[in-house]
Amino acid sequence: MSVLLGSDTRVLVQGLGREGSFHAGRMKEYGTRVVGATKPGKGGTTQDGIPLFDTVARAVDATGANASIIFVPAAHARDALLEAIDAAVGLVIAITEGIPVRDMLTVTAALEGSASVLIGPNCPGAITPGECKMGIMPAENFSPGGIGFVSRSGTLTYEIADLLTKSGLGQSTCLGIGGDPVIGLPTPDAVRHLNEDDATEAIVIVGEIGGSAEERAAEYMRAFGKKPAVGFIAGRSAPAGKRMGHAGAIVSGSQGTADSKVRAFEEAGITVATAPSEIPQLVRDALRGRG
Amino acid sequence: MTVYSWLVRLSSARRRCAAPRRSDRAAGRRAILAEPLKLHEFQAKQVLARAGIPIPLGRVASTAGEVDAAVRALGSGPWVVKAQVHVGGRGKAGGIKLAKTPEEAQAHAESILGMDIKGLRVEKVYVERAATIAKELYLGITLDRDRRRPVVMLSTVGGMDIEEVAVTAPDRIARGWPSPLLGLLPFEARALCFDAGVPERQRDAVGEIAQKLYRSYESTDATLLEINPLFIQEDGSVMAGDAKLDVDDNALYRQPELASWREVAPDDAMEEKAREQGFSYVHLEGDVGIIGNGAGLVMGTLDAVRNAGGRAANFLDVGGGAKEEVVRAALEIVLANPRVRSVFINIFGGITRGDEVAKGILSVLDQAKPRVPLVIRLAGTEAEAGRQLLEGAPLVSRATMDEAAAEAVRLARESRA
Repeated sequence: MSVLLGSDTRVLVQGLGREGSFHAGRMKEYGTRVVGATKPGKGGTTQDGIPLFDTVARAVDATGANASIIFVPAAHARDALLEAIDAAVGLVIAITEGIPVRDMLTVTAALEGSASVLIGPNCPGAITPGECKMGIMPAENFSPGGIGFVSRSGTLTYEIADLLTKSGLGQSTCLGIGGDPVIGLPTPDAVRHLNEDDATEAIVIVGEIGGSAEERAAEYMRAFGKKPAVGFIAGRSAPAGKRMGHAGAIVSGSQGTADSKVRAFEEAGITVATAPSEIPQLVRDALRGRG
Repeated sequence: MTVYSWLVRLSSARRRCAAPRRSDRAAGRRAILAEPLKLHEFQAKQVLARAGIPIPLGRVASTAGEVDAAVRALGSGPWVVKAQVHVGGRGKAGGIKLAKTPEEAQAHAESILGMDIKGLRVEKVYVERAATIAKELYLGITLDRDRRRPVVMLSTVGGMDIEEVAVTAPDRIARGWPSPLLGLLPFEARALCFDAGVPERQRDAVGEIAQKLYRSYESTDATLLEINPLFIQEDGSVMAGDAKLDVDDNALYRQPELASWREVAPDDAMEEKAREQGFSYVHLEGDVGIIGNGAGLVMGTLDAVRNAGGRAANFLDVGGGAKEEVVRAALEIVLANPRVRSVFINIFGGITRGDEVAKGILSVLDQAKPRVPLVIRLAGTEAEAGRQLLEGAPLVSRATMDEAAAEAVRLARESRA
């Protein structure tokens, strides 16, 4: 068992350009079942050994793909995302960054009531170590185990996965959900998936300043949490009104401060690390506390 | 993690002339990393006017002489002379003044033009015929991240900071969340008017303005579009008193006119220079310079410095896949800040390669010994190769983020003493 992706995941690639083909290759090396790619007008041919299809619907029919990873440029990403959702692809991961908010609002409206879960955009993707990697993360920092991990930040995900792996704490599934203001799988939803997952023994929630996703995740855990959780909020020392790289990472007024998120975590019984390096020990302590 | 290569292609296709590869790349990434585009009141009002929302007659002027011409062209007074700067609180700072005669308007223009408002020099004023104000409302649209929908807000407590109203009297703000697929429907606009308690006589007009404002919000790719205050005049008519429009920087490629209205605030020169290089830079108050890859990691680095008892001088994210010359430019920008007393370079390589980072650092060190100590922590892709390249170079290398942060803070403190 794992969350959202595993050994039975059959992956389609939308956007087999330079980045797309590079990472499709890396995913195949990892053991991910890359079953096809879309390239309108090139259906019936292959590229790097990957069968090409004209539309997502045709690719799904022919290959039984149940997941799609999207590298399509920002200006065309809305169309690619809607096409995947329309074809009822179960898991859609959008790596593309720089998608306008208006386009994402259309996409998330289309997601409501659809058969798809969307991770991203502007994210490193997701990985169930040892089974399936759908993303651009360096695989060597991840290892199989029982820690479910959700993060709004890319590089910080690698950093923390590396710390966990080095201290012998493998991961069930890592979800890099992206730092944009409008995303497909916000922190509370990602936490819910991990909380419901049998293979996940403890949850690590990496948030950052901006928005109120961490507060809502804390509320969820307070009501329904079945397993111990450890949190980290990046940007505790960031000043208000300044956007810290990610479009979503900005404190405006009393909204989205690190203090509010840390308090929400603590009130929900989620241990809060003040530095990523503390996370492995806190996870061990939390597991021992429950065990 | 950065997958910017298509944005590169996009942006290069938009550029009029062929440019070297690196500036293409910088332009592509600028589209990702820039702050939302903030427009001046007179520009936002132009957008409103095109949408059919009534605005006072007005003209832009950048000299007292132009103000005089504007006043005569606008017809009978009184007039309002308003500073056009990208900060709130212009009125309190003396940047908005009422004039009863053309001479008075000119005198006001002379005092406002060149004035310093919160560090910004006033280069332009907007001259308008003064409205006859009976009541002030608030009408605004922005993004509700949690609901993943736009939120339309209407209040009869107008003319003041809406965030303050949201805290002191939240029930005085009516809110609606239109579907992004359908737009603001007539019944939703009506409901807002009823909920906010808009006077019966203005209900239809305000509802119509709300719908027009929503259409503008959509068509301009706004992240914020607000009319504050929305005047009810003594004759009962409704008119936009002030307007604010922020545009999603990711959408500027399809908003060429709005993009061409961008102005660079002189006090943001450093941030703009960094932006031109293609990375995200925010100036802070401390003395430990920071360079890292990935927004989350850089925020985490700022926090690590604070945990070690120091304060960061800046936020600088070189993005994913930074090459030698980008790292060099980043280091030069951080070192240009006179307050910086040590620099902490924190790289966890995914797409970014440790050896490229090392080459960038060495190319700076080769030219001259930096005036402050450098501390580096390299991990991830090609980190070992990077560390080997840096062996013998005048810098301190540490294995973990915490150790490196502590060292950078210690060195900054030492050089202060």
